[in-house]
Amino acid sequence: MTQNSLGDSAVQQDVQAQTKNNGVAANVTQTQPLWLLAEVTYRCPLQCAFCYNPTDFDKHTQNELTTEQWITTLRDARKMGALQLGISGGEPLLRDDIEDIVIEAKKLGYYSNLITSGVGLTEKRIKAFKEGGLDHIQLSMHDITEEINNFITNTKTFKLKQKVAAMIKDHGYPMVLNVVIHRYNIGHLKEILEMAEALGADYIELANTQYYGWSLVNRAQLMPQKEQVEEAERITNEFREKSGSDMKIFFVVPDYFGDRPKKCMNGWGEVFMIVTANGDVLPCHSARVLPNMEFPNVKADGLEYAWKESPAFNKYRGNDWMKEPCRSCSEKDNDLGGCRCQAFLLSGDAESADPVCSKSPNRHLIDQAIEDSKNPTLADKPIIFRTNANSKKYGEGDKERIEGFHGVP
Amino acid sequence: MAEDIQHSDTYDIALHHRFQWEEAQSSYVILFPEGMVKLHGGAGEILKRVDGKTTVGQIVDALKTAFPEADNIEADILGMFEMALGKAWIRKIN
Repeated sequence: MTQNSLGDSAVQQDVQAQTKNNGVAANVTQTQPLWLLAEVTYRCPLQCAFCYNPTDFDKHTQNELTTEQWITTLRDARKMGALQLGISGGEPLLRDDIEDIVIEAKKLGYYSNLITSGVGLTEKRIKAFKEGGLDHIQLSMHDITEEINNFITNTKTFKLKQKVAAMIKDHGYPMVLNVVIHRYNIGHLKEILEMAEALGADYIELANTQYYGWSLVNRAQLMPQKEQVEEAERITNEFREKSGSDMKIFFVVPDYFGDRPKKCMNGWGEVFMIVTANGDVLPCHSARVLPNMEFPNVKADGLEYAWKESPAFNKYRGNDWMKEPCRSCSEKDNDLGGCRCQAFLLSGDAESADPVCSKSPNRHLIDQAIEDSKNPTLADKPIIFRTNANSKKYGEGDKERIEGFHGVP
Repeated sequence: MAEDIQHSDTYDIALHHRFQWEEAQSSYVILFPEGMVKLHGGAGEILKRVDGKTTVGQIVDALKTAFPEADNIEADILGMFEMALGKAWIRKIN
């Protein structure tokens, strides 16, 4: 699961006002959640080094919501206006009730998406998903080489992914691939695009790693050089021009190499609502790293309260919370000060400007990270994989490893 | 994709796209992998008639009847078809 997959490139709230005669006002500010991301489990057979899941996910693997609780959650979110449903994790297929969730999603009128590594997808299950009305499946791919696929996921899953891709196509699903880009595969971009085209992909998202959770722990090891990212973008554009296929390519630009932050989640509590395995309701994937915040939970509070009234969802809505330099910045509504989690994880202050911004007093932290990624001593350190054992260590406070990252739990 | 829209053409909603009314937003929407588009009233009126059977000409006639007070509605409808085709929300049947 990648942070990007429902993030920056995902919302295409393309509101059209073409005809003038009987059109109504377009582009009204959203006050409803449009996207519900159901992170149904944090259990996962893969151990990807770039996973954005919380480093202490191990704490949340024993208290998952029941099928009935998920169905209530789906119903309540739909009443509030949610339309796009992502079923994610961890690996959602580790639960055996995804079929029931899919059927309910269809009944309610969601456009539903299973976000999967492909592990656990069988002919029997995909048939049930199709019959149940699942709209699409987003498959994560890692590389064209078996070596890198198996290395970065710390599992032998290369051949399985090829097989699952074919299965998705055979069942008439749109083929939506997500490839997280990092130092180990950025040099293979052309081949990755060719592979996607050969597999008959309809959409491919090239998601440059964003640094949260496990990817932040492994940042120096995963971050490509700026020149590599520029080359990757060039190759992508060239492929778009030359390729005759209708494959849509989304290239998610990494924010570290820019000088303005991303408008994270399209604004805090604006369109996204995430319900985690244990029922916490979050405005973004990694919000639980923020200090002194109490997030609502579907079991105790219900979704309507969570979205409309909870202090957590209201805390960073709009721009009243901002400090300088954001408060008086003429661009503040473009990016809303960037990402609160990134600000906190890197600077220790959740209300400071996202350090990616060149106007931030903390920009040097990003520049230092870029320098660190060029430093062979740091960049060649062993990768910390997303394993249960490593998660336990973080849960218990593995200070040694996390020194330098203020907020990593 | 600057294809001319003919009155005799027939279109349908594109594969993997879903067109539906959204009560919470009081508008029609198009849903597709990784995205959604909220349509204003005019666009919704046009796309709800796109069913793989009705021709563009028949849709123009139906809308002229439904909205007799609207001026030059035909150019707007054809423009909407062109845009929807360009964005791959609809596909040509014949």
